[in-house]
Amino acid sequence: MTPPALHWRPATELAAGLDAGDLTSVELTEAIIRRCDDVEPHIAAFLQRTDERALTGAAAADARRARGEALTPWDGIPVAYKDIFVTRDVPTTAGSRILERWVPPYDATVVERCSAAGMPLFGKTNLDQFAMGSSTEHSGFHPSRNPWDPARVPGGSSGGSAALVAAGAVPWAWGTDTGGSVRQPAALCGIVGAKPTYGLVSRYGMVAFASSLDQAGPLTRSVEDAAALLSTAAGHDPRDSTSIRDGAPNLLEGLGEGIAGKRIGVVEEFGGEGSQPGVRARVDDAYGRLERLGAVLEEVSLPSFEHAIPAYYLIAPAEASSNLARYDGVRYGPRRVATDIVAMNSKTRADGFGAEVKRRIMIGTYALSAGYYDAYYGKAQKVRTLIVEDLKRAFQRVDLIVCPTSPTTAFKLGERTADPLSMYLSDVYTVPVNLAGVPAMSVPCGTSPDDGLPVGLQIIAPVLDERSMFQAAYAFEQDLGWAESDEGRPNL
Amino acid sequence: MSVAPPHTLETTIGLEIHVELATASKMFCGCKVAFGGEPNTRTCPVCLGLPGSLPVVNERAIEYTTRIGVAFNCSIAKRSLFARKNYFYPDMPKNYQITQYELPLATQGHLTLDGESGAVSVGVTRVHLEEDTGGSLHVGGSGRIADSEYSLEDYNRAGTPLVEIVTEPDLHTAEQARLFVAELRAIVEALGVSDVRMEEGSLRVDANISVRRAGEVEHGAKVEVKNMNSIRSVGRALEHEEERQRKALEAGETLVQETRHFDEKTGTTSSLRTKEYAFDYRYFPEPDLVPFEAADEWVEALRASQPELPAERRVRWKQTYGLPPGDVAVLASSKATAAWFEAAALAYGGDAKKIVNWIIADLFGLLNEAGIDLTECKIAPAQLAGLVGLVDDGAISGKQAKEVLGHMFKTGDDAAEVVQDKGLEQESDTAVLDAVVEEVIAENPEAADKVRAGQLNTIGFLVGRVMRKTGGSANPKLVTELLRTKLAG
Ligand SMILES: [Zn+2]
Repeated sequence: MTPPALHWRPATELAAGLDAGDLTSVELTEAIIRRCDDVEPHIAAFLQRTDERALTGAAAADARRARGEALTPWDGIPVAYKDIFVTRDVPTTAGSRILERWVPPYDATVVERCSAAGMPLFGKTNLDQFAMGSSTEHSGFHPSRNPWDPARVPGGSSGGSAALVAAGAVPWAWGTDTGGSVRQPAALCGIVGAKPTYGLVSRYGMVAFASSLDQAGPLTRSVEDAAALLSTAAGHDPRDSTSIRDGAPNLLEGLGEGIAGKRIGVVEEFGGEGSQPGVRARVDDAYGRLERLGAVLEEVSLPSFEHAIPAYYLIAPAEASSNLARYDGVRYGPRRVATDIVAMNSKTRADGFGAEVKRRIMIGTYALSAGYYDAYYGKAQKVRTLIVEDLKRAFQRVDLIVCPTSPTTAFKLGERTADPLSMYLSDVYTVPVNLAGVPAMSVPCGTSPDDGLPVGLQIIAPVLDERSMFQAAYAFEQDLGWAESDEGRPNL
Repeated sequence: MSVAPPHTLETTIGLEIHVELATASKMFCGCKVAFGGEPNTRTCPVCLGLPGSLPVVNERAIEYTTRIGVAFNCSIAKRSLFARKNYFYPDMPKNYQITQYELPLATQGHLTLDGESGAVSVGVTRVHLEEDTGGSLHVGGSGRIADSEYSLEDYNRAGTPLVEIVTEPDLHTAEQARLFVAELRAIVEALGVSDVRMEEGSLRVDANISVRRAGEVEHGAKVEVKNMNSIRSVGRALEHEEERQRKALEAGETLVQETRHFDEKTGTTSSLRTKEYAFDYRYFPEPDLVPFEAADEWVEALRASQPELPAERRVRWKQTYGLPPGDVAVLASSKATAAWFEAAALAYGGDAKKIVNWIIADLFGLLNEAGIDLTECKIAPAQLAGLVGLVDDGAISGKQAKEVLGHMFKTGDDAAEVVQDKGLEQESDTAVLDAVVEEVIAENPEAADKVRAGQLNTIGFLVGRVMRKTGGSANPKLVTELLRTKLAG
């Protein structure tokens, strides 16, 4: 087997190449640019390319490395950001026309920390507007496509980042996950995607969708890369009051410790008819593999999980209805001319927001209205508490919980846009995790025998136990060997 | 409908008061808190509500608000929450205001007012913390947003910490309301947590006032009065509004719930809008902030370190100086006046009532004429004490002293200097004075020791003794010099 082309290699391998002097950051960045030029017409994953800026950053990184002053092992490895991370001097749209041409005066903490680690910013990636969607079809600009089959969606809302990483176009990328928006596209594109504990990564500079649920997460081609990228940005940020004060762990440490003796729970309620047979088959194989690796599997019951989707679709829209009020045409973004302020606000918002965003603003506004608050928002918060308690109880018995990441493989463009509810159900396995604030990640477990498309295994861990989660994902990935094989790459 | 005779009507007033805190930085970001300035120069991504920005609570603002709560005898919440109040207005960058709804920092307080008609206890429903809005300038049209050509927004004020204090409807006259605001202003000033300048908007008062027939259970139509820009206008506006409602009821008219605007020039109120429906602000807990937990020890430490409040000061002054309530009220009206009086009384050491008379009868007159306030006055408190001492000692007459005060006011010179410059009868023979000075030092060893120890204020006392011995003829400046030399360190 010949070693894979440069653009397919995980970032940690590229870092070794830079360190050994086999490769320069400029060479790497040029290779990435060529690869992006090749694949972008098929996947339409970018909203903004920053090639020049990346090359300048790469040259600076090479100079540092030549002086023996590399900032980190990842100095000079470019990274792409979902266009929901605010980037100084680089337009940031959150995927919506309402922020078209807005150029932020500041960097998100995630961007700041990765830049400080030497990673050049390589473009802003496509997403469902304000991260509301599971297919990237709700982008205000254009849909993105799945590198495994361009007739299919890459998942969402971090679909642009996932498609680029899966297509071997960028080494790694950042996404955000409010109800599964990192994990679901990772599963649908056959890559690794992690959502850390709520508060582990600062939300400062992430355009808010649902503040109590939003978390940044890495999208990568290997578990090790995800650990490296997450560790770079994690840790307390005084600019985010909900950021956890404890120091962030270096998740690369002890990554290979294995899972012998770990107790792993299989969610009783998620078995059976809920998933496509091909997905079930692959995930069942994965459970068997975990057992062979020494884990002890047992069933756990999480009865409240069935109420997660309705609770989520009240809490997230409620917070969104308030978070998105600021897009009114007064201070930034395009403004529609009208006779008075109310008409101007209304027209600007009517034209600027997409249909899904408006739907959620209306749901959220209704849920918070006087007289309905207790029945909707209040009740949803109670369900949220039940989910937290169910998980706590389960984690008294097991160290980790596993289930499919998505009930289906990548679906076709247009298949679900007419039926919001079917779209919402794409996130049935991922949403409870956000409501509980615990960490979870999706790791590829091969392709579905039904359609040859990737399937993801979701691993859920207790609050702040990212380490166990990554150890399990790593053990599984190494044993499966899929990601590094030709099979693990789309034919693009 | 029968027409009610005037004596059966009663008035109910509740106040909603906003106080801008004088913290160094804004409520949720590091921008400086200040008044005015070049528009939009004290802003950042947070107070502009830029996408992705997040608030971080200014803990000093929490402390200040808690101090206000303690001063109003409130119960301090062990756990309090911020909430979002959602409504669209361009001076509010996020189109929601971070405020408190459920679980404010302080609730269930009260304040006792000593009014002309006796003591009144006024319930304080809640004291909560929120962020201020920016300011709008509506150009063209009537000056309101609806018919303006365009509006200019200045976000310098946006995000300034703002405390809202809401009273129970326990006030029954315009005078009580005025008194409450004056007392609140003095309390907040004494706490040192705000500039409390009504003309600059750092103290803002809205009032709800309704008049009903005595004995009726339901309150009358609630009228909200806005735009009262001084403590005096609180009294004027509410007096007018009470009268307007009274007359309307007497004429058999039905009052409507509405918001009315007070016009400073005409002294009348006019309808701003009638409340056809209640706004739905869709309050919900602010997910970007964590609840604030007030540890008992923290609250106790604040309680223990509260400065002396006006009510306590009034009691102490009455006990220490034996001052009548009228004088106390005048002197305690502002922190600066109170401090000035106390410094003068201390330097004087004698009957404080004399100092009070000089301040109220004479000094205030000069200040009024000059159009300045006490903080800008050239006369230091100890200098007034020196002047009164000269009169006590017979060095100069009361009439001369008033003239001397006028000069001191212009130049800031000591009384003794002015007396000398004016050539009032004085003994200036050093040999003669030297002997008297020696005598006085011998007779007043304690005072002499104080001066030796650096308490130069006491020199005035010794000067006075010399003046008395010389029948007021000694040159006080010379005497002071002699004393200084003899008692130098
Ligand atoms: Zn600011």
